[in-house]
Amino acid sequence: MRKTVDEINRKITEGSAVVVTAEEMKNIVEELGTKEAAKEVDVVTTGTFGAMCSSGVFFNFGHSDPPIKMQKVWLNDVEAYTGVAAVDAYLGVTQISDKIGMEYGGAHVIEDFVRGKEVELKATAYGTDCYPRKELVTEITLEDVNQAEMVNPRNAYQRYKAATNSSDRILKTYMGTLLPNFGNVTFAGTGEISPLNNDPEYRTIGIGTKIFLCGAEGYVIGEGTQHSPPFGTLMVKGNLKEMDAEYMRACVFPGYGVSLYIGIGIPIPILDEEMARFTAVRDRDIETEILDYGIPRRGRPVVRKVNYEELKSGSVEINGEEVRVSPLSSYLVARKIMFNLKERIEKGEFLLTEPVSRIPVKSEFKPMRQKEIVVVKNLMSGAIKIPLRTSIVDASKLIIEKGVNHLPVVDEQDRLKGIVTSWDIAKAVAKGGAESVDDIMTTRVITVYPEDPIEFAAEKLEKYRISALPVVDSKKKVLGLLTSEDISKLIARRG
Amino acid sequence: MMLHLRFDSKTVKDPVISQTTLEKGTLINIIRGSVGAREGELIVEIDDARADEIIEYIESKGVVVTRIHEKIAKDDEICMHCGACISICPVEVFKIRDFRVEAEYDRCIRCGICIGVCPVKALELPTI
Ligand code: SF4
Ligand code: SF4
Repeated sequence: MRKTVDEINRKITEGSAVVVTAEEMKNIVEELGTKEAAKEVDVVTTGTFGAMCSSGVFFNFGHSDPPIKMQKVWLNDVEAYTGVAAVDAYLGVTQISDKIGMEYGGAHVIEDFVRGKEVELKATAYGTDCYPRKELVTEITLEDVNQAEMVNPRNAYQRYKAATNSSDRILKTYMGTLLPNFGNVTFAGTGEISPLNNDPEYRTIGIGTKIFLCGAEGYVIGEGTQHSPPFGTLMVKGNLKEMDAEYMRACVFPGYGVSLYIGIGIPIPILDEEMARFTAVRDRDIETEILDYGIPRRGRPVVRKVNYEELKSGSVEINGEEVRVSPLSSYLVARKIMFNLKERIEKGEFLLTEPVSRIPVKSEFKPMRQKEIVVVKNLMSGAIKIPLRTSIVDASKLIIEKGVNHLPVVDEQDRLKGIVTSWDIAKAVAKGGAESVDDIMTTRVITVYPEDPIEFAAEKLEKYRISALPVVDSKKKVLGLLTSEDISKLIARRG
Repeated sequence: MMLHLRFDSKTVKDPVISQTTLEKGTLINIIRGSVGAREGELIVEIDDARADEIIEYIESKGVVVTRIHEKIAKDDEICMHCGACISICPVEVFKIRDFRVEAEYDRCIRCGICIGVCPVKALELPTI
């Protein structure tokens, strides 16, 4: 038996549609089987509430007198993009305040607008014959602007890679704070109640699908950026003026920046048995991976495979140890959305739409085209290592014989203990008194790993104003030396 | 129980904690401390059952003692129950119950690490 969206809408209007949440649907299918469940249930509501950085709002501020063609514009000191028409601008949620930095950003401005607050609008321009004004400062509220259309290039991630950290320092990331030595795991997404997981082939969620977007009626306007099934994403829009602050939250991930928690709910019509089967999906069927954010590269190593049931259990095993897990999305608010949407449909206030066009079920997510990725080990040279307690005389001989400027000092296990430069030796000889390199070496040595990108090494050389970096492994064993000359050669080659 | 100890320029030089441990035969756990040349502050944990006599002894050494009752405070008007704080807390103060993130305040050792982790600043350590 097949149902159409029209038939379901008729039932909704008559008040006879059976609407259940994604949570309830799992049990219904378990009890009745997919065939009966498909007959019984008309709509399943889903929900998610998480930080979605790829979001923002298009504003049209109306024209001032005399008019201005904005060249730069700020809302509460957060810059918006106005490289479009005179008084149109796009405010992205992650843009941070020019005045106070990461504490306040685009997301906060948007939340302030929705909460009815006044926002300072500041603009500058070069002035033209048709738009003579060059400066503008005023206060506006959401009511004052012509349009405030939220348009989010990438929302509602179907699933997301979880995060952990193998390094020995605390990492502050968009996946929250990651404790050293696999101290914790964080994950995003709501798993089995999340919209796209309940329609994994995007049969009913497509361009034109009406959705719940932060309390307003919004629409799916296409596949999201980086859409890469089963890590699907959606591009969505909705009217900011109709949104409810309860379903959006500006947030700050310390050390990373600003983002906006966005609430999305999508109703899924149960057209046939297949849709009943899809909406019965369980957390244990939804797989993802835990990635190691301790490696600062695009290709972050996979620590292990994991499913959402394990993630939601509160701890997962890594290398034989129980590691605690933090969700980052709010399941509580996601559920609220799911129930709110159910209620709206039951009351006949929210009708379903059929997509006018499908979004791709297959798609590739390409990495950025970059010149060439050069890592430290491609450029480093062999290091002339000396043992602890080498005499100053022997060290100076080595420097002259080998024509080098840096000598890493190592212990019996070849582990880095310090470094001496030709300058240190020259100074020691001039001053006298010092016997062995132990007395003059620098012990707090700045090092790099062989897999570090060369740009990263170059930054370190500049930041610490040094001319060479010993290359070490995780046990501090010296593998080579990277000098600023090695890097200059690369630049010359690229030039 | 936790105590906040304030040392002045004289008491900061005395080994008050060791004296208390030896004299009273009790264990004292130092939670946090900042000790300078002329003054110092410590947050310590002591045996609840013997709190009164231990406090009396420390005070007799000229140290100003304040009992700390306050633990981490979570503002439930602001908290959105995301759970980012859960895996961060070393003593598992935060738990999900009925989809809500609840704090078992009593266990908190005031380390402060969760404060910088909450994306909406719902957490605070009340000052003493
Ligand atoms: S202050 Fe420390 S112990 Fe207390 S709740 Fe926060 S993380 Fe846990
Ligand atoms: S991190 Fe903040 S908002 Fe999230 S559950 Fe903890 S206290 Fe609440």
